Amino acid sequence: MSGFTGTTRLVRLALRRDRITLPAWILGMATFLAATTAMFEDSYTRHPELLVPDTQIVIENPGMRVLGLVTGPTIGGYTLHRDALTLAVLAALMSVFAVVRHTRQSEELGRAEMLGAGVVGRYASLGAAVIVALAANVVLAGVLGLGMIGAGQPVTGSLVAGTSIALVGVAFTGVAAVTSQLASTTRGATGLAGAALGGSFLLAALGNMLGTVDSAGLRVTSAWPTWLSPIGWGQQMRPFADNLWWPAGLSLLGLGLSFGAAVVLVGRRDVGRGMWTERRGPARARSSLLSPTGLVWRLQRGALLGWAIGLVGFGLVFGALSEQISGIEGAATEWYATFGGEADLLGAYWASMMQMAGMAVAAYVVTLLLRLHHDEAQGTMEPLLATAVSRLRWFAAYAVNALVGATLLMLLFAGALAVTGGLVLGGSAALLRDLVGAALVQLPAIGVLGAAVLALVLLVPRWSVGLSWTLVVAAVFVGPMFGPSLGLPRWLLDLSPFTHVPNAPAVSVSPGPVLGLVAACALLAGAGALAMHHRNLALPA
Amino acid sequence: MCLHDPDIGRDVVSVSTAIAVSGLVKDFGPRTRALDHLDLRVEAGEVHGFLGPNGAGKTTTIRVLLGLLRADDGHVDLLGGDPWRDAVALHRRLAYVPGEVNLWPNLTGGEVIDLLGELRGGLDAARREELLERFQLDPTKKIRAYSKGNRQKVALVAAFSSDVELYLLDEPTSGLDPLMEAVFQDVVQERRAAGRSILLSSHILSEVEALCDRVTIIRAGRAAESGTFDELRHLTRTSVVVDTARPLEPVTRWPGVHDARVRDGHAEFSVDPGELNHVLAHLVELEVRSMVTSPPTLEELFLRHYDEDLARPGAGAGAEVTAR
Repeated sequence: MSGFTGTTRLVRLALRRDRITLPAWILGMATFLAATTAMFEDSYTRHPELLVPDTQIVIENPGMRVLGLVTGPTIGGYTLHRDALTLAVLAALMSVFAVVRHTRQSEELGRAEMLGAGVVGRYASLGAAVIVALAANVVLAGVLGLGMIGAGQPVTGSLVAGTSIALVGVAFTGVAAVTSQLASTTRGATGLAGAALGGSFLLAALGNMLGTVDSAGLRVTSAWPTWLSPIGWGQQMRPFADNLWWPAGLSLLGLGLSFGAAVVLVGRRDVGRGMWTERRGPARARSSLLSPTGLVWRLQRGALLGWAIGLVGFGLVFGALSEQISGIEGAATEWYATFGGEADLLGAYWASMMQMAGMAVAAYVVTLLLRLHHDEAQGTMEPLLATAVSRLRWFAAYAVNALVGATLLMLLFAGALAVTGGLVLGGSAALLRDLVGAALVQLPAIGVLGAAVLALVLLVPRWSVGLSWTLVVAAVFVGPMFGPSLGLPRWLLDLSPFTHVPNAPAVSVSPGPVLGLVAACALLAGAGALAMHHRNLALPA
Repeated sequence: MCLHDPDIGRDVVSVSTAIAVSGLVKDFGPRTRALDHLDLRVEAGEVHGFLGPNGAGKTTTIRVLLGLLRADDGHVDLLGGDPWRDAVALHRRLAYVPGEVNLWPNLTGGEVIDLLGELRGGLDAARREELLERFQLDPTKKIRAYSKGNRQKVALVAAFSSDVELYLLDEPTSGLDPLMEAVFQDVVQERRAAGRSILLSSHILSEVEALCDRVTIIRAGRAAESGTFDELRHLTRTSVVVDTARPLEPVTRWPGVHDARVRDGHAEFSVDPGELNHVLAHLVELEVRSMVTSPPTLEELFLRHYDEDLARPGAGAGAEVTAR
C-alpha cells in the first residue's frame, strides 16, 4: 500500500523524539501503581480480617462507586478501585498527546509539509503515530502488570489489570486519530479527545454508581452506561476476580473502526487543514479585545466554555444522586465522617464533590497559566511586549483570567449541584447558599497551585510544563482524596494545598487556613513577578 | 513634522540621536557571546541599514533595544532612555516588525492590527485603511490561514499605522513579492520624509541601497563597518584595468596592489584605497594608453564581509552565535 510508504522511518523518528517523554509517563504510572499496591498489600496482610468489611464500606456507598468498579474482596481489586480511574485517564492522555503530537501538531508546525514532500505516503504519519502509541500501551500493560506482581499480587490478575488500563490508552489512540483529522489545531484535537475522555469517565462512573450489588455486598454488576465507555470496557475485565479477556475485544474493535475512519478522513482533506475549515472573522477588533486581559480572555474562552460544560454536567449528575447518599446506612458512613460529622452525611458528600471540582478547576488554571510559557517559547510574547505593555501587566492579565475563570467554574458547578440537589431533596435556596460558600473556599487552594505554576514559568521556563503537572498530580495524591486512605504521614498531607481547605459545607469555615493559603499564593506570585523583571526572555531564535 | 502629541513633540526636539549603542556585550551562558562590544548609532530622521550574515547578532541587538534581553555590558540609549528600565514609556514611541512573525493563530489580521496598535498607544484608523489597501491585505482572515508574506504584511500594517518616532524593522520584507517590496519602500520613504527614524535589518541589497542613508555591517557580534555607502566604498579596494606602452611587470611589487594579472602592457589589479595616488604616479611613468577604474559594487562590499565570516573557523552556517 503506497499510502503507507515511509511509515517505518516515521516510527523511528517518533520514537527518537519521544525517547524520554513516553518512558517517563510509563514509569511514573507503574511506580504509582506498584507503590499503592505494596501499601495495601502490607496493610491487609497484617489485618486480613478487614478486607471484607472495607470492601463492603466501598460498595455500600454510591459516591465511592463513582471511582471504580468493585469486583470482590481481593487486595488487587481493592487497589484498582482506588487507582484504576486515575491510571486510565493518564493512559488515555499519554496516548492522545502522542498521536496528536505526531499528526496534527506536526502539520500545524509545518513539519508534515517537509515530510510530505519526501517519499512518504499520505497515511504514513497517521500510521506511525498510531503504531508508536500502541507500542507505548503494550509496554505500559506489561510494566503495570510486573509492578503488581512485584508487589505480591497473583500473576494472571496482575497481567489482566495492566492490560485493562493500557486498553483505555489503546481506545483513545483511536479517538485521537480521528480528532486529529477533524480539528485543524493541536489544541482543538486535544480538546476534542479530552471531551471524549470526560464523557467516557461520566458514563463509566454512572454505570458503576447505578449498578446492582450482589447479596453478599461484595461485587457490583455495572449498569448499561458502562458499556458505552472505553474506561468501562477496561473495568469489565474484572482483574483479580473474573479475569475476563473478551472485553479487550471491544477496545481493539473501537481502535480498528476509528483508525479506519481516520484513514478515510485523511484521504478527503488537505494537509495542514482539518475537516472543519477556517471561517473568516471580523476586520476590526472589538474594544473588549484591546487590552492584555481582553486578549487572554479571548485566547482561552473556548477552553473555558468546554470546562464549564463539563463541570455543569458533572454537577447536575452528582446533585441528582444526593438522594442516594441520604439513604446510606452502616459502615459507609465512616468514610464520610472523616469529612464532617456523622449527622451531616450529605454535607460531607458535597464537601467531597467540591474537593473533586476544586482539583479539576486547578487543572484548568494550570493549562491556562502554562500558555504564558507557550507565549514565550513560541514567540507570540515578542510583538506584545514590544508595545507599551509591561511584563507585569501581561503577567497580571493571566492571573486575572485564571482567577475569574476559576471562580466562574466553581460557581457554575455549585449552581448545577444545587439545582438537581434541590430538586430531589427540596430547599434549593438554602442549599445554593451553602454550596456557593463551599465552592468559593476552594479558590485559595487553586490559587496556590496557580501561583506556583506562574512562579515556575517565570523562574525556570524550560522545565515549567513538566514541573507544573508534577506539582498538580502530587498535590492531588497527597491531598484529601487519596492521601489519608494511602496512610501517608501528616507532614506529607500538609504539603498539599487541598489538605488545608475547610470541608465546607460539612463544617463551618475557619479563617486561619484560608488566610494561610492566600498568603502562600501572594508569596509565590510575588516571587514570580520579581523573577520576571530580571531575566531575559527565552524567545525562539 | 506633523506632531499630534505634545509629549512626543518635546522628545523629538530634545533627541537628535535615535539609537546610541556603544560597547554592547550580550552573552548567552558562559561560553557563547552573541554581541561583542557592538557599536551602533542611528541619527534621528535617518534610515539606517543593519546588515550582516545569519547569526551575526542582528536580532539579538534589536531585542536588547526592545528591553526583551538585558545587556551584560556597554551603554544602550534609545530615544534618550534606557530600553531595559524605561521599556514601557519608550515602546509608546516606537513600532517593531519582527523577522519571524509569531501571532495568535485564532485572531484575524484586522484584530491583531487593532490590538497591537491600541497597546502601543493608539493607531490612525485612516492610515490603517490606506495601508491595508496598499499592501492588499484581507483583514478578515485568521492568522493561521495567512502565508508567511501575509503575516509579515499584518506586522507591517500594524507598525506603520502608528505615527511613532522610531521603527525597528527586522528583515521585514523577506517574504514579500517584488510588488509589495515596492510598496514597502514607498512607505519607508514617506516615514523618512515625515522625519521619523528607521533601523532596517535586511539582506536585500537593492532595498538597502534604495532606502538607507547609512549602514552598519555587523559580523560575529561586532560592528565591522559603519557609514554612508560612499564612505564604505572609500574603505574598499578599487579595481583597475590599464594598458601602457612599457611593460607592466613591476606592478606586482608596488605596495597596495593585489590580485594582479599582467600580460605585457595590459594589467588588471585592485588597489588599497590609501595607495591609489602612488600607484597612479608609477603608472604615469609607464606611459598609460587607456585606463578604467571602478569602485567596488555593493555586492563586492558585502560579500567581502560575509565571506570573511564564512572563512573564519567555527563561524558561519548554522552557528547562531559565535563561540569563544
